[in-house]
Amino acid sequence: MHIYANPKRFLSLAKWLTPLFLWSGILVTALSIGWGLTQVPPDRLMGESVRILFVHVPSAWLGMGGWTGIAIASAALLIWKHPLASVAARAIALPGMVFTAICLATGSIWGRPTWGTWWVWDGRLTSMLVLLFLYAGYIALSQATAREGGAPKIAAIFGLVGAVNIPIINRSVVWWNSLHQPPSITAGKSAIDSVFLVPLFVAVLGFTLLFAAIVLMRMRALIAEQQVEARLRRRALDDDMPVATSRLENA
Amino acid sequence: MSGSVPMKAKHQRMALVIVALIAIVAAGLIATWALRNQANYFYLPEQIAAEPPAVGQAVRLGGMVQPGSLETEADGVTVAFVVTGNEASSVPVRYSGILPDLFVEGSGVVAEGSLQADGTFLATNLLAKHDENYVPKELEGLEGHRAADSVAETTVGLD
Repeated sequence: MHIYANPKRFLSLAKWLTPLFLWSGILVTALSIGWGLTQVPPDRLMGESVRILFVHVPSAWLGMGGWTGIAIASAALLIWKHPLASVAARAIALPGMVFTAICLATGSIWGRPTWGTWWVWDGRLTSMLVLLFLYAGYIALSQATAREGGAPKIAAIFGLVGAVNIPIINRSVVWWNSLHQPPSITAGKSAIDSVFLVPLFVAVLGFTLLFAAIVLMRMRALIAEQQVEARLRRRALDDDMPVATSRLENA
Repeated sequence: MSGSVPMKAKHQRMALVIVALIAIVAAGLIATWALRNQANYFYLPEQIAAEPPAVGQAVRLGGMVQPGSLETEADGVTVAFVVTGNEASSVPVRYSGILPDLFVEGSGVVAEGSLQADGTFLATNLLAKHDENYVPKELEGLEGHRAADSVAETTVGLD
């Protein structure tokens, strides 16, 4: 379990996983988007606008999955003091926020022709907007504690508390009357015809690979940043040292 | 306690995190449970019938457009239709304006507006409610996708 806790071992693994995820992600995403835009028939009621499905749904899942990842990393940091946990959580936060924003933007564009409105304050839309704000708060808090040398614990506690929003987003269309439709895909059954469902799953796979590649890149960058800082600090110490030692020699 | 093995710090932290998580999730669930009625986006026809809002008060009415009830009035832009909930409850609605693309008889609708003195609901805005089914045009009707059923499935308390 703690094999990959070692940053050095993680870096050697990430070095070849990053290009693998990145290029396969670009390929699969391009394939699924091309498929969704050109090969899929229009929907019975929504017509051509059904094609937004292939960007909207993967983004929504990754936005929620991103915070789930932050919560797991936060728990790992608090319980096992896993050295990579805070780096992983910080790396996830930005792509998670971007995908949440993509989900909200595409949903709004989709809502105009189908529902007749850009935005309503129903349970699903509001809880998803709250997730976007939680990401913004998490990024600000974790960067502030990392830069000021504060305890990463504070951001980890925020990551755990914010996780309460994830089941609320998931259940918002089941508990409350909302304009957004209830889940089409639930355990074991789907209300989406297979001509839409198969390219949707390909899109989810492609987006997830891209997400993983971005997280690995950001983790490597954050680790490199920490190493640079540690080296600068050491050099600053070394620069002070000769004065002290020469004084000792003269004495 | 003197005889027991002292808890490892790691296990202590794990217990603390688990207890904290349970408390947070429970608090969240209780809060959302309390919001159950307040957070509804619209009222059903039977809720309007049971507790009629004041004449002129802005409310949202949601339900199914009764098949066969949609009529366009002489001016060409005003439509009249009936929104139904469970069996007996229904509210007549009038609306002047552009209809959303998904607005058809037998599908879900959310009307924003107010109840008039004569019992009709004057809508200022109509929103179409899509169900969770995604069906290509060619397959329409083949698998017996009935909008009327899906409205019941997609609306809390409408069985």
